[in-house]
Amino acid sequence: MTASVPALCISGLRKSFGASEIIRGIDLDIAKGERHAIIGPNGAGKSTLFHLISARLAATSGTIALKGEPVTGLKPFEINRKGLSRSFQITNIFHSLSVFENLRSAVLWSLGYKYSFWHRLSVLRDAKERAEHVMCDIGLQNRRDTAAGILSYAEQRALEIGITIAGGADVILLDEPTAGMSHSETDEAVALIRRVTENKTLVMVEHDMGVVFGLADRISVLVYGQVIATDTPQAIRANPLVQEAYLGTTPVSGNAS
Amino acid sequence: MTAPSSLPRQVLIWAAIFVIACVLPSLFRSGFLVSVLSQIAIMAVFALSYNMLLGQTGLLSFGHAVYYGLGAFATIHLLNGLGKSATPLLVALLPLGGGAAGLVAGLILGRMTTKKAGTTFAMISLGIAELMFATTPIFPSVFGGDGGFAGNRMAGKGSFLGLTWGPQIEIYWLVLFWAFVSAGLMFALTQTPLGRVANAVRDNPERAEFIGYDTRQVRYRMLVLSGLFAGIAGGLSALNYEIVTVDMLNAHTSGSVLLMTYTGGIGHFFGPVLGAAMITLMQTLVGGLTHAWLLYFGLFFLFMVAFAPGGMASVLSRQSALVKAGLWRCLLPHYALAAAPAALACLGAVGLIEMAYALLAGHDAASFMGTSIRLHTLLPWLGAASVLIGGIAGLKWVIGGMSDAWHQALSQLQGGKP
Repeated sequence: MTASVPALCISGLRKSFGASEIIRGIDLDIAKGERHAIIGPNGAGKSTLFHLISARLAATSGTIALKGEPVTGLKPFEINRKGLSRSFQITNIFHSLSVFENLRSAVLWSLGYKYSFWHRLSVLRDAKERAEHVMCDIGLQNRRDTAAGILSYAEQRALEIGITIAGGADVILLDEPTAGMSHSETDEAVALIRRVTENKTLVMVEHDMGVVFGLADRISVLVYGQVIATDTPQAIRANPLVQEAYLGTTPVSGNAS
Repeated sequence: MTAPSSLPRQVLIWAAIFVIACVLPSLFRSGFLVSVLSQIAIMAVFALSYNMLLGQTGLLSFGHAVYYGLGAFATIHLLNGLGKSATPLLVALLPLGGGAAGLVAGLILGRMTTKKAGTTFAMISLGIAELMFATTPIFPSVFGGDGGFAGNRMAGKGSFLGLTWGPQIEIYWLVLFWAFVSAGLMFALTQTPLGRVANAVRDNPERAEFIGYDTRQVRYRMLVLSGLFAGIAGGLSALNYEIVTVDMLNAHTSGSVLLMTYTGGIGHFFGPVLGAAMITLMQTLVGGLTHAWLLYFGLFFLFMVAFAPGGMASVLSRQSALVKAGLWRCLLPHYALAAAPAALACLGAVGLIEMAYALLAGHDAASFMGTSIRLHTLLPWLGAASVLIGGIAGLKWVIGGMSDAWHQALSQLQGGKP
């Protein structure tokens, strides 16, 4: 966490929908290589914050810098090309393509093939190897030729993460990666996230406190569109402000190992 | 939209189409059949180019005839411009000029149409096509007014490999050559990064933006390339008929390529070829028999949409999978059982439609199998209606068992796979 330029630098970020202000002035620096979790009660604006960072929504005011470079006002694909990739809370995959084709599509731009119609996919060894590598990482090598739309829910969530990391982005945003999973599936997902985000900057929104306290280096607590605290898991757990606003008065139980 | 079929199967289909296309004209030696085959090959290229948008990129266009028509006009103008210097070799290359016109039209019009997908694209494509068609009378030197333009593909002297493009069979070989070149290139495109990412944009445009792709640029490039092949098809049509009229770029033409592609099957590469063949045959064969052919065609389309939304190609591939798995034997009796009432129902419906058409045309009698039927009596109507109702009742009776057997076979097929 001593890197000079933060991976992500958000300052004065605001977003209104009509008269209601959802994001009300957020300042947040996330260091290179950090694993950062954003928590907060429902409706706090966590997903909206992700949409702003990834340019799915345009901010009303404020700036975002990615690795020191301002990215405010860019399109999603432009930000993606600069090395930021995200997953979605609701599974967002290419449902009629096979698992392998999903992943191969996700690596094509970063390997420089762009809109090429003069390369044959079957001879692009680098794309094939990288897609297969990611496929093994997410444990779907046995589902290689299965259409993504008929995978099980947990498999689709894994593919969702696979598509996110396949392009080799070094800033990864995961929006509730373990939402709707069983305990054992969650444990596998955490191990997977840990594995595939090694040496990368990770920002995630998560409701499962076990996942948050197990994975994050630092935690930001978002309440009503504002960050009320950013600190290490221990400090967040002890923070009376957080306990009052978000966790109630009960301290977090011991499932955070 | 199923997973792409294995390579050997693709090779087999290509080879089968090639053999059929080469053998058919020499089997029948009929000028009419050869001209129907030429028309099928032209429409196949047109429909394949349309499926680059609909099936591969998820773009529903109501104005694809613009590229086809402009390709045809470019070709006929090139042919007439060459005049006596149009040697057979140059004539053979003219469809490329049509392709270039389609490409340029795509470069210009695509800027406007591909900004958005979905309904916006459909409406803008329709608007631009109507606009183009409405402006054609303003430029009679380009579009030739109502009469269009005629040309002569034999204006030049000499021959090329012994071919002069005079006989219909020779123009058929030329059409077939360009059809295979075009289809081959369009198939190759599906195996490239652009082709695959077009599928991704079709499935989920939002996510495509988050893997680095500007979806508008993907749509634009697919549309331009599609325009190129539609233009080639138009050029082939110009050489085949030696006449080009503004009808080629109107909404009717845009509609029929949509119907061909859809009934053939947008989820399979060869689906549009099947649709082009089927509908061209209906047009020429059924169209020659009855004035009601458009009605039959409409009923056929409704039937396809309701019962086989994947098109004929998906029906065939489903059946061939069942045959391969040996499950067809359980289904065959059911098919046979259903065939008789289905035929009865069709017969009754055809009878009613034909009598109604004859009556509306002012006839008092219609001939059926050599006997004359008086249309102002009740008996033939009752007869046809009862045949129709009987057929439908029979179908209802057997359909339950067939659908049970069908679902059982299907679940066995899927369960059999690891």
